[in-house]
Amino acid sequence: MDLINAVIVLLNYTIIPALTYGSQLALGAIFVTLIYGILRFANFATGDMMSFGTMFAVLLTYYFQSIGISFGFLPTALLTIPFAIFMMILYMLLIDQTVFKYYRIKKSPPVQLAMVSVGVMFVTQAVIRIIIGPTDRRFLDGEKFILKATEFKEMTGLTEGLTIKSTQMITIVVTIIVVAIMFWFLNKTKTGTSMRAYSDNEDLALLSGIDPKKVVLITWIIAGILATIGGILYGLDKSYRPFVYFNNMLPIFAAAIVGGIGNPYGAFFGGYVIAFAEIFLTYAYKRFLVYILPESLEPNSLMQLLSTDYKFAISFSILVIVLIFRPSGIFEGKRI
Amino acid sequence: MRNYLNIIVAYSIMMLLIILVGIFQSWSIALTIFNYCMISAVMTLGANIQWGYAGLINFGIMGYTALGGLAVVLVSVAPVPEAWSVGGVNMMTCLGIIIIMIFSTRYILKNIQKSKKRNYLIAGIIIVGLILIKIIAGPAIEQIEAVDPAKTGFLGGLGLPVLFSWIVGGLFAAGLAFIVGKVALGLRADYLAIATLLIAEIVVSIIKHEDWLARGVKNVIGLKRPAPYEIDLQTSPWFINLVEKFHSAKLNLANSLSERQDILNQLVIDASSVYVKLCFAGMFLVVVIILLIITQKALYSPWGRMMRAIRDNEEAASAMGKNVVKQHLFIFILGSAIVGIAGAMMVTNDGLFTPGSYRPMRYTFVIWVMVIVGGTGNNFGAILGGFVVWFLWVEAAPIALFFINLFTAHLPETNEIKVHLINSAPYFRFLLVGIGLLLIMRFRPQGIIPEKIIKQ
Repeated sequence: MDLINAVIVLLNYTIIPALTYGSQLALGAIFVTLIYGILRFANFATGDMMSFGTMFAVLLTYYFQSIGISFGFLPTALLTIPFAIFMMILYMLLIDQTVFKYYRIKKSPPVQLAMVSVGVMFVTQAVIRIIIGPTDRRFLDGEKFILKATEFKEMTGLTEGLTIKSTQMITIVVTIIVVAIMFWFLNKTKTGTSMRAYSDNEDLALLSGIDPKKVVLITWIIAGILATIGGILYGLDKSYRPFVYFNNMLPIFAAAIVGGIGNPYGAFFGGYVIAFAEIFLTYAYKRFLVYILPESLEPNSLMQLLSTDYKFAISFSILVIVLIFRPSGIFEGKRI
Repeated sequence: MRNYLNIIVAYSIMMLLIILVGIFQSWSIALTIFNYCMISAVMTLGANIQWGYAGLINFGIMGYTALGGLAVVLVSVAPVPEAWSVGGVNMMTCLGIIIIMIFSTRYILKNIQKSKKRNYLIAGIIIVGLILIKIIAGPAIEQIEAVDPAKTGFLGGLGLPVLFSWIVGGLFAAGLAFIVGKVALGLRADYLAIATLLIAEIVVSIIKHEDWLARGVKNVIGLKRPAPYEIDLQTSPWFINLVEKFHSAKLNLANSLSERQDILNQLVIDASSVYVKLCFAGMFLVVVIILLIITQKALYSPWGRMMRAIRDNEEAASAMGKNVVKQHLFIFILGSAIVGIAGAMMVTNDGLFTPGSYRPMRYTFVIWVMVIVGGTGNNFGAILGGFVVWFLWVEAAPIALFFINLFTAHLPETNEIKVHLINSAPYFRFLLVGIGLLLIMRFRPQGIIPEKIIKQ
């Protein structure tokens, strides 16, 4: 019995939150990695692009709520995803045409493109703040919990409760669906294969008749879908605040590089590595140990490896360690 | 002379703008902007050394700035004796353990060949060291933080003159740059950017959350100043006399003695703030000029030519027998040290250390915009970039307000769009700086004042 309680504690406070957070990071990391692999630059506007898509979802959610449309027990925001994605893709293509295209055709070095993306970051941030303001917004409606701690206790008779928030479930399910479709697209369809070819060797791809314009277009479309969905899921789970989204760029980069930048599988995996490391290293294990250790050995401190203040620092330290020992990431990414 | 014409014109326009602010807003604001422009200029000089001379991209400027600020606290604040007596010994032991760890690791790296055994030994040292530190430091930190937490709760500094901390700030930043450089300099440019950005975040989060060191997010206020305090000036007779002489025409217009006294008081208060800022401006100007002379000399020395050679073609430089790795590390340390000095200058100017305010937007990306806009590889350009971008960053909101009012003049005061736009005026600074960066990168990628190679 104690063992089951211990597992429930772990599940409730570490594994489920880590899976949720990991999924959100993974979507962002695949976005970064796609842009890096195909358009060949580190996109510093990542966080703000995610924020931009989410902004439309928030605004549309408010609009839908005001005219009385809802999605039953699911959050209304899910209904707004297609519209938000559409706006996001429009914005990305606009930016690509006005900003990035010039440097791509000129074959500028990646650093220059990265600097340009810093400019895009500034502009996007300004647009977001001018439209929606910098404040914290919650836009979650519908059922909040799938499983409440009290219900779970009654059901099983255990002393520890298990809570599953609906946003956690939605995040995990939606991520699996989106990522599965994307991998299927990249591996099985002709367009996906041409994208991978373009990413591997641009010259050879052009030689075999792949249309670079189409590849770039499709990349931005997929990127828009990933960024918007990732952003909306994060916003539903926590809340929507432009500054937080900008900061999220950092663990997302860490996830993409840890997995091996340019490699979508690696990025997907990297998101979970970062999330699990952050949560496992900052969780106070006292309650868990109380169940599995005999009473005489019970810990009197919190048994926390690092204080939660260092959450962000952990993911960055992992990145630094990976960069030192395996610079191309856990999964082989692009050569650096 | 012709060569310097565009530089002179650009700087004159910049000065004119600041003088206009002085005339239309107030001299105090103009001097504040001027001082911050100079701090930014020192930061851009540092970043320009790394990016312009050597092509190293360092997005960790925030971290070095924060370390420079920390140096001010650690050098100039008076020590807290109670905190030292309850936890000083333990913290010093920990410092000793860290030093032992570093040296034993170094020893192992040098004397044992690359093998699994070596890796395990190093891992063992690090783990044992960390556990020891956690055991020794844990209770000490709690005790230190419990010493009068509203006012101190930290070890305090050394109580030395604050100007000394500018040098220490540079040394701190250099030390961090040495570690970062050893770890990350082998990486390709955009990886280096990300790695330095994240390492800077780690540094700032340590400063933020280790309260025993510098009070963390509780901030340290009332730092020492190398300039006189306003309140002292307002009571010292020589200063009042000076103001009286300066404004005698205005004072003579006063009708009665009491009115005259009121005007004089107001003038003295204004003048004291301007005087303090002028003192800072003088000190900063000295730093900027010294750094400018040194960097200019370095740029046109054999060493500067070698750095440019390395930047433009690493393989060729390396084939000529230049040690590229060593030079990269050296220049990375040099540039970061200058940024550290700027960080110390900034905290001295503000008189307070607020770790919570170190954010990558303001302390990394804006500085980078300055470098790119000003002109990479040209020190005059870098300084100008610091001035121009900081000026825009500060004055963007008033400018935006002016245009919003101009374009929405036909709308009624209560119009929702108008109110919303006026409320979001502060965010136009991002727009202005972002668009400025994009335009410069597109149409004048070498910056306002481009790099100039003097042929000999």
